Amino acid sequence: MELRKSYFADQRKDDLHEIGQPRPRSDSPGHVTGKTAYFADRNLPGMLHLKMVRSPHHHARIRSIDTSEAQVHPGVVKILTAKDVPHNVYTILILIQIGPEDETVLADGKVRWKGEAVVAVLAETERAAQEAAAKVKIDYEVLPAVFDMEEALKPGAPVVNEYHGRNYYLYDSGECRKVRFGDVEAGFAGADHVLEQTYQSSPIEHAPTETTGCIVAPEGNDRFTCYTNTQAMFFTLDNASIILQMPGNRLHFVGGTVGGGFGGKVDVIVEPIAILGAKLTGRPVSFIYSREEEMQISSPRAAEKVVIKDGVMKDGRIVARKVTGYTDAGAYSRHSPYGAQKGAGHYPGPYTIPNVWIDTYCVYTNRTPSSAMRGFGVTIGDFALEVQMDKLARLIGMDPLEFRFINAYRDGDMKAHRQPTEGAALIECMQEASRAANWPVAEKFMAMSSHAKGA
Amino acid sequence: MAIRRGRGVAAINYPTGMNLGGDPTQALVHSTPTGNFMVTLSSVDLGQGMKQIMAQICAETIGVPTDRVVVDTADTDTGPHCMGTFASRGTHRAGNAVIQAAREARQVMLEVAAEELEVNASDLDTDGQGNILVKGAPQRSISIFDVALSAHFKRGRSISGRGMFLIPRSYPDKETGAMKPSTCYAHACTVAEVEVDDETGEVTVLTVKNVFEIGRALNPKMVEQQLVGGSWMGISHALYETTEPYYPDRDHGGTDFNQYLMPGPGDLAQTEIIVLERPSADGPFGAKGPGEMCANPQIPAVANAVFDAVGVRIDTLPITPERILRALKAQASN
Repeated sequence: MELRKSYFADQRKDDLHEIGQPRPRSDSPGHVTGKTAYFADRNLPGMLHLKMVRSPHHHARIRSIDTSEAQVHPGVVKILTAKDVPHNVYTILILIQIGPEDETVLADGKVRWKGEAVVAVLAETERAAQEAAAKVKIDYEVLPAVFDMEEALKPGAPVVNEYHGRNYYLYDSGECRKVRFGDVEAGFAGADHVLEQTYQSSPIEHAPTETTGCIVAPEGNDRFTCYTNTQAMFFTLDNASIILQMPGNRLHFVGGTVGGGFGGKVDVIVEPIAILGAKLTGRPVSFIYSREEEMQISSPRAAEKVVIKDGVMKDGRIVARKVTGYTDAGAYSRHSPYGAQKGAGHYPGPYTIPNVWIDTYCVYTNRTPSSAMRGFGVTIGDFALEVQMDKLARLIGMDPLEFRFINAYRDGDMKAHRQPTEGAALIECMQEASRAANWPVAEKFMAMSSHAKGA
Repeated sequence: MAIRRGRGVAAINYPTGMNLGGDPTQALVHSTPTGNFMVTLSSVDLGQGMKQIMAQICAETIGVPTDRVVVDTADTDTGPHCMGTFASRGTHRAGNAVIQAAREARQVMLEVAAEELEVNASDLDTDGQGNILVKGAPQRSISIFDVALSAHFKRGRSISGRGMFLIPRSYPDKETGAMKPSTCYAHACTVAEVEVDDETGEVTVLTVKNVFEIGRALNPKMVEQQLVGGSWMGISHALYETTEPYYPDRDHGGTDFNQYLMPGPGDLAQTEIIVLERPSADGPFGAKGPGEMCANPQIPAVANAVFDAVGVRIDTLPITPERILRALKAQASN
């Protein structure tokens, strides 16, 4: 890595003692010698292991659940179903007033994705819990499922989630989050070329070294200590308090040393049910995802579909950009309504375009609920935007890097969501990339700056 | 049939924080009797090194070496509220809270030192080595060790401070979408060079040259670990990863690392990282959030390089050999 201090040198003072110094991390020796303690490095006396019975169907009505055989399996201590969870229907963003509550801790009457948790088994050993889980008999009536976002949005599609009553999240702005800036149709009408293209991604896994999990210990003072690898301590504690209908002062969360998160540990999935198990058995409970659960049960990055329509002039100016983004939330909201609207605030990318129209939809389908991941609401948008930029440049016969200089935002430029640009540095990054990659551009672009035009 | 070479470019920006939900983090700082400093938080270190960077921020603000600072974090009985570690917000939000708390603690520390030295607190400064000096007369000094002892046992002062950083929630306008979705923005430009085997569809990423503008590199070595790791993750996202290979079909999802593909050590490109620093107006010592954005520009850069190499557009992620071969076949039949 090289620090190129020549850029923006007049904006920095290099008079600091500790900041800017490549100090070795104080936690590195523990990490590389295996001495760092993670939440799972505990084997509490009497600790039970929790395993989930999961839906084998994408969408089905639960006719009946028979736990009698599992109940008598050797080592089984407790079996939990929906009726055991005090506030079974929840949504994590209710803490910031983004509802409705739309997800069950344990499925109640219906499953909406393959892998959904239906019954929790607590046993003396992981093996006993696994074996007993296999003995739970659930009678399902399979329902039609919908997997494709376009199909889900069509009239007459199976309704994935009755708490929404429709297969998209309803914002205060309607069926999508909207950004309107200038007159996009007039922009297309006056453009030399118009190009509309569609981009698609599929879900991906966070792939942390340490899978999601927690260990809960009931304490003598009627409190519960939850050792967890959540990315958000109070967010998880407060949601657990709601789900368990238990005052937050009875919950003590301990974490902060995590083997990779990447956004996969901001859902509140393992803690509430493990605390409930500890409460009902009076024993410590361990609930740790297997690698298979981490990959197919834990929320992935959402699949997204992005349709971009651009109007561009022969001289390289983009005069209009219309983006329609679809985020596949899967069966439940989790953080997806936030991610979709974060996308609305990110388009049209780091370019100054006078006419912009953005619609971003959060769509429900019968698949594993997606949620946050590194670059939430932005990563797939950037893929779509930057491939589109390449296509536009080639369409008008211009060098792709030079084309970006022509449209790059600078300090003071008004963005589509009506914030003036501050602290821009796109131009300088491209200038340095031009040098580093030996990708020459015209001298006038190398003389540009992100500072306000005319300044 | 041949190995074809191409290169592609992409440029991006990235927002810091989650203003659309309200974005608070708090910090507490206090000294021990012998002049070490504790930072208490409930923020989570995911392995990126948050504890280390908070220690450096506290040390810089108080004016002591970093090894005099201990960070105690993520215990809800002791740590004040933090929204969580996501949205590239950790360094920016918690860092600002730590600065505010450390400033308050530093002020008390200087007041106690002023009483011991019989001067005004405003005439004092730290030397960054553990001592407090009279400005212009550095021979008059007192160690922070002695100041802390005095505060605890003689003067009855608590060398401590409270810090709070809150970005108030922004509500998007229903009609226009006017909103303030984040605070500062980081930037990047990546050039990727690939080889594509037009017989097998396999892509080899030869080089990735990344330029990142991240505000201020608070610890350059930690910035490097983050940016290199992010760059690899971007390549992996572009070419390998999916839990549903035939999305929206639900079948064929991987359940372990034999089935869920990621690049191995032999698949990694020669990676170059260049960092520019344009300090942000609102970040701790000018920092922005580089944590997420460093994995983004490689994806379109690789996609554009594949087109440059073989002349087909793969607009669906991941860009697998199967998709490339199908596109080449369609191109040949047109």
